[in-house]
Parts: sequence; structure tokens; C-alpha cells
Amino acid sequence: MRRRVAVVDYGMGNLRSVCNALREVGADPFLVTSPGEGGRADHLVLPGVGAFGRGMERLAPFSSWIRERMGEGARVLGICLGMHAMFEGSEEAEGVRGLGLLAGRVERVPTRERLPHMGWNYVRRVRDSPLFQGLEGGHAYFVHSYHPVPSEEVVVAVSDYGTEVCAAVWKENLFGTQFHPEKSGLFGLRVLRNFLGT
Amino acid sequence: MLCKRVIPCLDCDLAVPMGRVVKGIEFEQIRYAGVPWELAERYYLEGADEIVFLDITASRERRETMVHVIERTSERVFVPLTVGGGIRSVEDARRVFNAGADKIAVNTAALQDPGLISRLAETFGSQACVVAIDAKRRRVEGEERDRVVVETPEGPVWFECSIYGGKKFTGVDAIRWAMEAEERGAGEILLTSMDRDGTTLGYDLLLTKAVSEAVGIPVIASGGCGSPEHMYEVFKHTGASAALAASIFHYGTHGIREVKEHLARRGIPVRL
Repeated sequence: MRRRVAVVDYGMGNLRSVCNALREVGADPFLVTSPGEGGRADHLVLPGVGAFGRGMERLAPFSSWIRERMGEGARVLGICLGMHAMFEGSEEAEGVRGLGLLAGRVERVPTRERLPHMGWNYVRRVRDSPLFQGLEGGHAYFVHSYHPVPSEEVVVAVSDYGTEVCAAVWKENLFGTQFHPEKSGLFGLRVLRNFLGT
Repeated sequence: MLCKRVIPCLDCDLAVPMGRVVKGIEFEQIRYAGVPWELAERYYLEGADEIVFLDITASRERRETMVHVIERTSERVFVPLTVGGGIRSVEDARRVFNAGADKIAVNTAALQDPGLISRLAETFGSQACVVAIDAKRRRVEGEERDRVVVETPEGPVWFECSIYGGKKFTGVDAIRWAMEAEERGAGEILLTSMDRDGTTLGYDLLLTKAVSEAVGIPVIASGGCGSPEHMYEVFKHTGASAALAASIFHYGTHGIREVKEHLARRGIPVRL
């Protein structure tokens, strides 16, 4: 049976690509535009392109539903801004609270290289995780200026961009990627398949 | 470290029901290469880092065809998609983004209304806003005010921006325009040499070098690629972040993987 995946549509970016990629790896994605529509999905995806402040404002109404699903064991994948939202806050919007599902904050990437960090970069696995099962690393597509600086051991992959960029995190049933798996070719599709556990 | 990107470009004639990919020679003669989304998928599987679609019909009633092309492509192709040609407003851009595009490229409309760049960047983010520049070499005659003069083996030249797919010239200096586009919020410059486009003589290295040194945003070199070595040259001798090509891929002269393997052997960082 195809896995139903709730893609949270909080108005930050185009969700067509994420849904197409999930379909490509055999899932059955559906958009959730209000917390009431989410139901009991076992997989949640928080996509997102854009700024932290506006993103959190729009994501806040989904907060208790996301926690509830997590509590019942649903897997959650945050992509880019969606991963940033899982942390406690961001340098990008001081005073705005994140979902606080992971300890730590989001900071501007401390590099001398040009920001945004945009394009294909190598993602290197630094710790075992379900997300990179069977993968040592691979090239992935990034578009961002900020990245998480977790205060617990959750980083499972990094990228080099004049400094070490946090490329992916994992804790229990929470997953996050700084790169866009839906735009990262076969490598990205493999990461999505691993998230789904298929 | 970021990889240098290899980008196939699909010039699309949307005057037929499903659209078709065409390739002009020096912006004029037309040959046909195939159905847009089929070619796009083939290039994706061969290792294209991004795919650019340019609507060369660019009349309003054909816009629906491009939306359809992008929808079909985004179902099977999982790398960034850029769409250009005939985008004149935030609303035009929104329709191609909703169809699955990741970036849009504007040329004529931006030169006619530079404020469009800022509106697009504010609405969709700079990373999604590419300014395309079609530049032609002009011999310097006398004093050239408001123009950046570049020394070439053929003597000093400046570069003029053209619009409407090379049919009309604007008098605008291409290097200055690239700088202004960056200031207004463009996230990338797609720089085509009209002198080289369709010739397979190689990129205009002096043009590409001048623009990539003048701006801080990534520059995509375009026009003139006839061999993998041409891509090597543009990455070696200019600050280009990406190289775009059409005919060498369409007519099977060289495959994308072959080009990228060549670049890797020559020490250019690419995604393989």
C-alpha cells in the first residue's frame, strides 16, 4: 500500500516538487492547509522556502497537531526552512520562537564564501542514521543562508562551504535536511525513500 | 565546495500543441530537437544539474503550453527547473512557479521595467529570480560614456543588451546592467553572447569574465559551446558558476555525462 504522507502547506513555497518527488518514491502525498485536515498520517513533511519569522507565524497553528502526531510515533521530515522551524529560534528573526522540537538555534552560516549557499554541494555522512542508510554521501542541492547549530547530538551529515554546514539532523522520529531532497536527483529520492522506510 | 553546474537549455517553440524544442543558429535558422519534457528527462537521467526552458515563441496565448510543459517535466525530473521567455509580471511568474518551476528568467520585461526585478525578488526570493542578458560586442568608436570598455585581440569593445530574442538593441551596457540587476535583487545572471550563440566556437570568455568579476551573484555562461573543452575553458578562465549549452546535447554530439567526466578529469568540481 502507498504510504500517505501529510505535506504541511503553511504557505511558504511551492509544494508541487515535494509532492512529485514523494510520488516518485511510491508515497501518496496530500496537502494539509489547516491542522484539522492532517488526520492520523504516519509521515509528515514540513517543506519551506523563505524567511523564519513569516514561516513560524504561519506554522504556529500546526504546532500542537505536529506534537500530537510525533507523540504517536509519526515520522516528521523538515526540509530547509521546515528543519529550521524544528529548533528553538533563529538569528534570522530574533524573538520569534520555533517549534522547539530540537534543542539549539538557527544561525547565519559563518563562512567567507558567498551567501546564499546555492547550488550542488557534497553531503557527507558523519553519523549513522535511518536517513542515510546505505548511503555514504552524495551531491545535493542547497539554497540557504542560515543553518541549525544544535545543542544536542543530532547532526548526521555535513557539507563543506568554507565552514562545516549542518546538512541533516536526526533524533528519534524527527528528521531534517538543509538541502532539498526533492531537487537533488537520485540521491535526494533515496533520502526520501529512507525517510519513508521503504 | 560548490560544484560547477552543467545546464542543458531547451529553446521551446510552443506554437504546436505539446511544444517542441528547437535550436537556432545565431538567433535565426531553426532546427527541431524533440518534445520538451522527454528531452528534459533524458538530460536529468544523464546528470544535468539544472534545466533551463526558454519560450522562444513568447506570445501570450501560448503561455498555457509552457505551464503544461513544466507540469509534465516536474513529475519526472528532480533537479531545479528554470523558465524564461515572455514573463512580464509577478502573475506570469507565479503561474510557472505553481507549475513546478524553481526559478524564472526575465530579459526584455526587466530592461523595459527594471522595477520588475525587485518585485519578483521580493515575492519569490532572489534565489528564484534570474536576469537573462543577451549581449553583443560593439566596437568602441571614440569616447564611450556610461559604457564599460573591454580590451580584446580585435581592439576595445563594449557589450550591448538586446531584447525580443536578439531582434532589437537597447543601447544599454550589458556589464552595467548586470550590476544594476544584482542591486535590484536578481539572484543570478544568465549571460548569452549573441556573437557566439549557435556558432560552436566556444563561450565569449572576455564577456563572461567581465560580468562575473563585476557582480557577486552567480553567472551562467551561455552561447557558443561546441565541445566539452569549451566548458572547461569557461570555468578555468572566468568566474562563471555554471555553463549552459543546447546544440551539443540535442544532437548527441556530446552527452552530459561525457562533458562532466571531462571537466572532472581536468580538475573542475562537478557532480558526478
